[in-house]
Amino acid sequence: MIDVRLLVEPFSPNAFVGPFTNAHPGLGGVCTFVGEVRGEADVEMLELSHYEPMTLPGMETLADKAAARFDLMGLLIVHRAGQMEPGEPIVCVSAVAKHRRGAIDAVDFCMDHLKSAAWFWKREKRATGWTWIEPRSDDYADLARWQKTEPV
Amino acid sequence: MAVTIIYLGPLRDLAGTESTEIDAPLDWKALLDAVGPDVADQLLQDRVNIACGGKVLADKTALAAQDGDEIALLPPVSGG
Repeated sequence: MIDVRLLVEPFSPNAFVGPFTNAHPGLGGVCTFVGEVRGEADVEMLELSHYEPMTLPGMETLADKAAARFDLMGLLIVHRAGQMEPGEPIVCVSAVAKHRRGAIDAVDFCMDHLKSAAWFWKREKRATGWTWIEPRSDDYADLARWQKTEPV
Repeated sequence: MAVTIIYLGPLRDLAGTESTEIDAPLDWKALLDAVGPDVADQLLQDRVNIACGGKVLADKTALAAQDGDEIALLPPVSGG
C-alpha cells in the first residue's frame, strides 16, 4: 500500500504508522522517521508553503519511485504544510519491506528528496521577522548520493 | 482571457503578491517584462524553475503560455 498525504493541520505520526503497519501482515521490517520543528533559541514558528498542482503529485511520484527501487511492501509519506510551532511533527515517512535494508534505505531516500527536491518552501519566524530557508549544502550532497548510482 | 502567474516562496515577497494575470499569449520575454526587474533577475538564474500547467519546463526560455494557462515561478525548494 502506498499512502501519501499532504496535511494542513497538526497530526500524530502514531495515528498513521499503526494502521499502516497493521495493513502489511508478513512484513519483515518497518522503518519510520519523524521530523519535527526544531526548538531553537528564538524560532517562534515555521511555515511551509506548497503549490497545489505540483506538491502532492510530486510526492506521489517520489513514493512510486522509492517503492519500486527498494522493493517495498508499502510506503507511507505524511507531510505538513502551513504554520507549525517547535515540537510539532512536519514529516513522517514509514516503509515496510520483507528485509530491513530496503525499508531503511527507502526512508533515507524519501527524506533526502523531501528536504531539497519536493515542492515546498520553508520560512521561519524569529523576533526579527520571517526569513526564507534554503536547503543547506549538506542537504544537496545527501540528495546527490542517490543520483550517483541511479537517476531518479 | 489571460495567463495567471503564481509566485512561490520568496518570490511572493519579491513580487508583493501571490499571483497576477497577464494578457495571453505569454512568452519568455513578455514574462520577464511583466514580473518587474527584481523577479526577472531571479528568473534569469538557473536555480529558479518555471512550470506551465503543473509541468516544469525543461527550457524556460521556450515558454509559450496560452489563454487560461497557469504559470508557476519556482525558486529553490526546502521541505521536511
